[in-house]
Amino acid sequence: MPSSAPVPAYLDHAATTPVRPEVRAAMEPFLTESFGNPSGIHSVARRAKTALEEAREEIAAALGCRPGEVVVTGGGSEADNLAVIGAARMAARGGLPRRVVVSAVEHKAVSEAAHRLEPEGFSVRVVGVGADGILDLDDLAAALAEPVALVSVMLVNNEVGTIQPLEEIAGIVRSRAPGARLHTDAVQAVQWLDVAAAAAPADLVSVSGHKFGGPKGVGALVVRAGTEVEPQLVGGGQERGLRSGTVDVGAAVGLATALAVTAARRAEEVALIAALRDRFATGLAAVPGVVPTGDRSRVVAGNHHVRIEGVPAELLLLALDQDGVCAAAGSSCASGALEPSPVLAAMGMSRDAAREAVRFSFGYASTDADVDRALAVLPPLIARLRGGEARTAAGA
Amino acid sequence: MVAMSGGVDSSVAAALLAEAGHDVTGVTLRLWGGVSDSGCCSVGDVEDARRVAAQLGVPHYVFDEADEFTARVVDPYVRAYDAGATPNPCVACNREMKFGRLLDRARLLGFDALATGHHARVRRGDDGVVRLLRAVDPGKDQSYVLVGLTQRELGDLRFPVGELTKAEVRARATAIGLRTADKPESMDVCFVARRDRVGFVEARMGARPGAVVDVAGREVGRHDGIARFTVGQRRGLGVAVGERQYVVDVDARSHVVTVGPPEALLRREIALDDVGFTHDRPAPDRLLGVQVRAHGSVTPAFLDGDVVRCLEPVARVAPGQVVALYDGPELVGGGFAR
Repeated sequence: MPSSAPVPAYLDHAATTPVRPEVRAAMEPFLTESFGNPSGIHSVARRAKTALEEAREEIAAALGCRPGEVVVTGGGSEADNLAVIGAARMAARGGLPRRVVVSAVEHKAVSEAAHRLEPEGFSVRVVGVGADGILDLDDLAAALAEPVALVSVMLVNNEVGTIQPLEEIAGIVRSRAPGARLHTDAVQAVQWLDVAAAAAPADLVSVSGHKFGGPKGVGALVVRAGTEVEPQLVGGGQERGLRSGTVDVGAAVGLATALAVTAARRAEEVALIAALRDRFATGLAAVPGVVPTGDRSRVVAGNHHVRIEGVPAELLLLALDQDGVCAAAGSSCASGALEPSPVLAAMGMSRDAAREAVRFSFGYASTDADVDRALAVLPPLIARLRGGEARTAAGA
Repeated sequence: MVAMSGGVDSSVAAALLAEAGHDVTGVTLRLWGGVSDSGCCSVGDVEDARRVAAQLGVPHYVFDEADEFTARVVDPYVRAYDAGATPNPCVACNREMKFGRLLDRARLLGFDALATGHHARVRRGDDGVVRLLRAVDPGKDQSYVLVGLTQRELGDLRFPVGELTKAEVRARATAIGLRTADKPESMDVCFVARRDRVGFVEARMGARPGAVVDVAGREVGRHDGIARFTVGQRRGLGVAVGERQYVVDVDARSHVVTVGPPEALLRREIALDDVGFTHDRPAPDRLLGVQVRAHGSVTPAFLDGDVVRCLEPVARVAPGQVVALYDGPELVGGGFAR
């Protein structure tokens, strides 16, 4: 077997990104001298409290809200859970019907949270997407024929990278379902879009630190004034009672720093990453039977999602890993096995085709060398695996 | 490539190969998404395999083969009971999944051998023929479930723990500090929950109730479904005829279960379907050992075409059951009882 290169070409930035050096530097003091609990009254606590509130201001600036509208969470999934479950319950308590509407391509942190509401009488209406991965706006309008408590549509899809037209979606929600809360999962958006503007029409916005050079285990939910959410973690009443538990101040500072650095460099980084991704996409397109997924003109700069006909993704990913290229397929189950993606199914892709779908995702740390390596490895590998699978199928 | 189930045997197999300096990669097959008892495909076992691989410093991957497993192992298993036969899903899984698809994939990915944690041995002779032998530990020998392997597979297979006794395997696992050292063995059919084979089969094919008749064809009772019976079975007949009664036949078409005294089960011949050999067909005058259960006894016999002729009468083998043929310690081939 060929052995792995010492530093693999990492083409899985949609899964997670390396921590930016500035972020690490900003976090260091909180692992050493600045250990205070921001809830206390003494000098050590006060320093932590000050750092947390400065971080909150920075987060708010990046996300286009007031500091008092930021809830620091333990990651994107928690932010999504808090938004969907917490806001739907409060809206229902305020008199809206127990109905929530979610898109068919949501992350499980949203779709599973919505289904969590069903035992308490909520119905969940799933709005479809087209083959391009874009929300079916007619179906959305149909879903809003009667009043609903909450609508949740992600800003950028984690598998195929599609950017949803949130402005238009919000227009439909506001005109058809007045009073409904609009949540957007912007976890995959921050590196690529100015979320302050792109998510402005939403009442609730989720982000996660580690998708753009921040630390794991920290995220934020924007809860705009006028929107109520029921806390899902109760206890000491931190985060204005919406999320109890001592805040990881260092992580919050890391999140704030990552947001600020990303915002400052976004235009430059997106241009560089788009150029890398396009060179990779062009190179891979020279291989026959490589079919880009959905409408590639409506995806973020770092995403390249393709179906490689005749090559099971689980074999390709293993072989790529052996050759020092890290890529991914859509979703993994708890065991680590690849599962046929609900996102691709929603886009009309068959189960068999979805098993051949692979995601290459680029980020701020991507280099020309990564693309070179991937393009050197992929074409012969695809040819080899195709030949063999055909033999296997014929022999079976 | 080492097929790692998350159990102690395949963990030690991977450890032995890694220690010997091989470039090892672990793969776990996720075969069954539903509930089960032994849970050989459960998340916990995948995690055990992953942790062992990490401890050994080797890469580990998971292949989701649930669809293929259902199509190639579970569905035929249910259909076999539906047809009044007694399938061995472990043999089907070995043939189809491990030494079929997984071996093909290992070759495709450029691995030069596939190892598993089976207790058996492979030996390449001076004649270039690769022979399959019973394991060193007779109590743990699993060569029976490897019936169906041929030269096409054997040359590329390694069974490192077949060279050790089970006690040595556990001692080795403990010595290395493998987390799977004390794991209990998986015994039952991995995809059947609560050992409820009848419930599993009847949920998929429906019950097939019918008559229970004696060897003379007289109805002596009724039964709730043919999937509940296998040839040679004694308990659970629900008929009181006075003497010890065994199932001697299950007719899938009429749903009739025939029972009779132990003598009615005795046969000198076992007709086989799908006969195959690891290398050459043994000569008809070669005295072989016949084994019809995973850890069953061995009966002397000759192989005449597709018919096994036993020197002593033996209890009738249920249709579909695997019949393994040995020449001394060597598994030479086998087939399925007709």
